[in-house]
Amino acid sequence: MNLILIIVTTALVNNVVLSQFLGICSFLGVSRQVKTSASLGGAVIFVMTIASAVASLLYDFVLAPLDLDYLKTIVFILVIAALVQIVEMFLKKTSPAIYKALGIFLPLITTNCAVLGVALTNVQDEYNFIQSVFAGFGTAVGYTIAIVLLASIRESLDEEAVPAPFQGAPLVLLAATLMAIAFMGFSGLSL
Amino acid sequence: MNPYLERIYNGLIKENPSLVLMLGMCPTLAVTTSATNGFGMGVSTMAVLIVSNVIVSLLRKIIPDEVRLPAEIVIVASLVTIVELVTQAYIPALYSALGIFIPLIVVNCIILGRAEAYALKNPPLLSAFDGIGMGLGFTCALTVLGAVRELLGAGTVFGIRLLPESAGVGIFIKAPGAFLVLAFIVAIMNALQMKTRANEMVEGCDGCCASCSSSKNCDSKKEGQA
Repeated sequence: MNLILIIVTTALVNNVVLSQFLGICSFLGVSRQVKTSASLGGAVIFVMTIASAVASLLYDFVLAPLDLDYLKTIVFILVIAALVQIVEMFLKKTSPAIYKALGIFLPLITTNCAVLGVALTNVQDEYNFIQSVFAGFGTAVGYTIAIVLLASIRESLDEEAVPAPFQGAPLVLLAATLMAIAFMGFSGLSL
Repeated sequence: MNPYLERIYNGLIKENPSLVLMLGMCPTLAVTTSATNGFGMGVSTMAVLIVSNVIVSLLRKIIPDEVRLPAEIVIVASLVTIVELVTQAYIPALYSALGIFIPLIVVNCIILGRAEAYALKNPPLLSAFDGIGMGLGFTCALTVLGAVRELLGAGTVFGIRLLPESAGVGIFIKAPGAFLVLAFIVAIMNALQMKTRANEMVEGCDGCCASCSSSKNCDSKKEGQA
């Protein structure tokens, strides 16, 4: 029960993009088409779940016992960077089809602050290994929901006549504003 | 223009990281619930940016090209850890207000972007000024965004009451307000730039030079995003 709660909370109530403001760069940058955003979302789900698991194990069994808490930022970012490389090589060898769909997005994910953000939040919330994995997965699902929704809004906005200063980024930000207001409704779920 | 002043002008106006290049959006939106928080975040990021630019620039001939990204990440992450410990020790209020966004300075694309696009190719002093310019641009954008949100949301700026308490519209301090205010600030910047560009076209040769430099601008913008 508790684990389902974690997924709902991280995916909807505390949506990573629309209420936590993590991963905004790719949210605004790679949301032009539904298809590419869905692929990016898939890659993020994949990496974020694994990264949460690895970061949680590293923190519980290496950093915490050795009292190296202050090194967690450096360790986590290096682990995430290395992990993305490994995942990329692994996918290239084992399933070229998935690699072809996600390939170009994988390097981007290293600098997606949502991945590092989740790893750090898990430590802050004192989640155990299983809880961290579920939190990572739920957060990534929330990210995917948000970016696919924004992409579908942007696709239908493409042909509208918009005042010149509002073209581009401001229009996307306005769409995000309305989505954020909608997602505020989930905070009424009071879990 | 003096090359050092030019770097500052470039970071503050021409290539303002938050408002023109749209880099480092996460802290820009997340911590600007008040002018003070925005300013604090801007200064913390500026400190990391200046020092990381200088270190990367000093080491630019030593770091082999293949490992330059991991090397830069380690440099930035170490500096961020220092900033984190310093704020925790001396400014605990700011530390708790900014929360997770202090360690997340590591993945702020502005810092790695400037290291890649500028510090790797230029001498330390110029890189330091590039860091100051970009840092000032970021700090100004965050402070303005924070001030507007604080004024509309709570009726205060830097904690000083300007409007009666009943005038505050809470949503400006919540998540949607961040997107909304930023959308309008970027739109205003766009409108101003369109005006100056129209003026430059009239001025003949100056206009050509401006368009040359702006096309170079686009290149560095692409680099920054890559």
